[in-house]
Amino acid sequence: MDALRNPTNILSAIVIGLCAIVPFAAPAVGEPFYVIVFARIMIWAIAAVSLNLIMGYGGMISFGHAVYLGVGGYTIGILAFHGVTSAWIQWPLAIGACALISLIFGAISLRTRGVYFIMITLALAQMIFFLSVSAERYGSDDGLNILTRSDFGVEFYDLNHKLTMYYTIFAVLVASVFVSWRLVNSRFGLVMRGAKSNDTRVQAVGVSTYLYRLSAFVIAGVMCGIAGLLQANLENFVSPDMMDWRRSGELIFMVVLGGMSTLFGPVTGAFVFLMLSEVLASITHHWHIIFGPFLVLVVLFARGGIAGLLTPRSARE
Amino acid sequence: MNNAALDIRLEARSLQKSFGGLMATDNLSLEVAHGEIHAVIGPNGAGKTTLVHLLSGLLRPDGGQIVFEGRDITRLSASARVRRGLARSFQITSIFREFTALENVMLAVQAGQGHSFRFWRPVMQDLRLIDPAREMLERVGLGARTDVQAGNLAHGEQRQLEIAISLATDPTFLLLDEPMAGMGPEESQGMIAFLKELKRDYTMLLIEHDMDAVFALADRITVLVYGRVIATGTPDEIRNDATVRAAYLGGDETGEVA
Amino acid sequence: MDYVLLTEQFLNGFQLGIILFLMAAGLTLVFGIMDLVNLSHGSMFMIGAFVGGTLALVTGSFIFGVILMIPAMLVIGIVVERISLQTLYARDHLDQVLATFGLILFFNEAVRLIWGPEGLVVPLPDFVDGSVALGAGITYPVYRIVIIVLGLLVALGLYLLVSRTRIGMLIRAGASNRAMAGALGVNIPMLFSVVFGIGAVLAGLAGLIITPITAAQIGMGEDVLILAFVVIVIGGIGSIRGAFIASILTGVIDTMGRSFLDVFLLLFLPENAAESAGPALSSMLIYVLMAAILFFRPQGLFPPKGA
Repeated sequence: MDALRNPTNILSAIVIGLCAIVPFAAPAVGEPFYVIVFARIMIWAIAAVSLNLIMGYGGMISFGHAVYLGVGGYTIGILAFHGVTSAWIQWPLAIGACALISLIFGAISLRTRGVYFIMITLALAQMIFFLSVSAERYGSDDGLNILTRSDFGVEFYDLNHKLTMYYTIFAVLVASVFVSWRLVNSRFGLVMRGAKSNDTRVQAVGVSTYLYRLSAFVIAGVMCGIAGLLQANLENFVSPDMMDWRRSGELIFMVVLGGMSTLFGPVTGAFVFLMLSEVLASITHHWHIIFGPFLVLVVLFARGGIAGLLTPRSARE
Repeated sequence: MNNAALDIRLEARSLQKSFGGLMATDNLSLEVAHGEIHAVIGPNGAGKTTLVHLLSGLLRPDGGQIVFEGRDITRLSASARVRRGLARSFQITSIFREFTALENVMLAVQAGQGHSFRFWRPVMQDLRLIDPAREMLERVGLGARTDVQAGNLAHGEQRQLEIAISLATDPTFLLLDEPMAGMGPEESQGMIAFLKELKRDYTMLLIEHDMDAVFALADRITVLVYGRVIATGTPDEIRNDATVRAAYLGGDETGEVA
Repeated sequence: MDYVLLTEQFLNGFQLGIILFLMAAGLTLVFGIMDLVNLSHGSMFMIGAFVGGTLALVTGSFIFGVILMIPAMLVIGIVVERISLQTLYARDHLDQVLATFGLILFFNEAVRLIWGPEGLVVPLPDFVDGSVALGAGITYPVYRIVIIVLGLLVALGLYLLVSRTRIGMLIRAGASNRAMAGALGVNIPMLFSVVFGIGAVLAGLAGLIITPITAAQIGMGEDVLILAFVVIVIGGIGSIRGAFIASILTGVIDTMGRSFLDVFLLLFLPENAAESAGPALSSMLIYVLMAAILFFRPQGLFPPKGA
């Protein structure tokens, strides 16, 4: 198999494999703490995969993508606050809210290009952020505790069960990579990738790209919103911090670090990003002083991210 | 000229376009009849590419009208014009450099088959795209290069791919913006032969610098200077037109334009 | 709704607009001329506050603080530009966003290391402490008036610099056509450094002059940076005039919205609904304004020429 000779794919297989066995391996090596660490990593990975879909394959640099984590999460939190805990109501509403917001934000921001797009996605996300900060009823800055996780109403599927929660996240991660793969290689994906490569030319073969880009934007918003609703359930907590603009910046970095426009890049990117933060933070409280310049260096010298470094020079263009 | 007898496919009526204070297109009118190759020539800065942008919809005119197959298309978007059969190529090669040659053409084929809101089925297994795309690449002489990344093709090959993409949208009319730009003499000869062949199926408006090509191909020629039409006629008429010589050739009175 | 409060809030909004303008002017110039998306402009706001504030405390005079801050920020700005940003000009926007995002993390942490996590309190200078009667029963803090006047003077100076001087001519040439400016024999790297330095001084000045009101805090520039983005999107990238008008518009609408939207909503909504919707809606107001303007003018109010 060709795929197995590619170091990037091997690394991805290792990361995904690791995620699969952590609930059993971590307690076995006496580090049960890693189960929650991996669950968190996988949620960020889902968000990064969704961002890669529009940024890596569609060329839309959204600097407000974390807002959908917040919208997905807060929908769960607010419903739970009002006593609605059924997953059958919560989840569709969370997905619907993300679809609606990404539709509105996409419709506005996709009228513009380049740097305008970056700034507008950032500003619109900031709007929802401030909305959450000003919502005193739902905890403002302090956030909102979620007393009960989403309830599917069946005994054999209970998110309070640690393994069920963990493997739900794992399944969503695998599904989001699979969905990206199918989308990117479909007719829809061909238009999306074409619009990234040369939008004028796509118009000149008779395709108006706006609706395609908007559709991709909404799909990515929903996918990220699912990550948000999982995060709300995992942490039993939501706060404005989920959609702080820095989270959006970090998401972009995860995608670039792992390798933009590669299928598994965002997954390895999220993994390396969060592990590195963990390690640096354990060395010094002021770890950002190392991390900031590291980010600059990655941008300046390792443009293809980890996937780029692992790909032999000859195989690149 | 007897207009009534001709089947006019594309017509520009008094087009105006200025950038800042600069007139790029000044009260420009022209007609292209069915089956002909209508060449537009003119010195650098005459507004030839602006004309193609206006006709293809990448630019909006400040005034005037564009009529294609009897319908006013002045307000239509670029993509909508292509869907009506008015395809264009670009002077500066405009291809999808990250795609293979095959994928480049497949995207154009797909565009011609209606909307692309198909999210699930992999295109690389879709014979309704692959077969016509391969055929088109064969036709332009890139049959052996289908899987090469477009950015890695030689310059001449990229020009051929450019044409293949335009043809793959299944047009009736081609707007060709300097298809021979940057080609060597041999490649140019090949392209001339190819365009002659295309003439059987398509009506064309050809912008070209290469005068050998223009006089070999064109049925009629329009000469632009500073965005204005200074003459329109058959190649012979243009060759012997005093205004054209004076304006375009800078007073070269000895010989022919070519 | 009494007119005294209305006037006061209008002036507060105007003053916020001035701060936004000082930020947006540098941002829009750097973007218009160098095509660089520079998030670290927010750090310049913060560094100006900390460096200038420290200088004010050391010299015991706020005015000396402001005066000494200017060359300090010019140097800091040029050093940052030379070391880390010059290589980014040729890169795409994504790289610029990420690298300058990295710079923000670095600067925030560096300030935390040097000044500690609590920030820096700079007292209001005595001679501007207190309020002054503006007539018709309106009194207004002297210092805020100073900010407004200072901001207007800077705006005027900037206008004269860009429209009347040789360097201004180069800036305009660079903004509209970089290749042409290069062909005219302009030392482009030098021009970029100078423009970046000026932008850093303006941002630092903005940060420093609000420090007596808010105290210098880590990350203080970031919210202002995002508001400044809104401003230049509304005003049109590269346009100083657009930045000025959009800044004042944004400052006034945001401030007035926060004060009066709930009162306004009472006209349509029951009291408790108005009181809870007011703050939420007012925090969204300028973004709605931005979206509305973009809907009709995707390039902003004063789009760059040739676009």
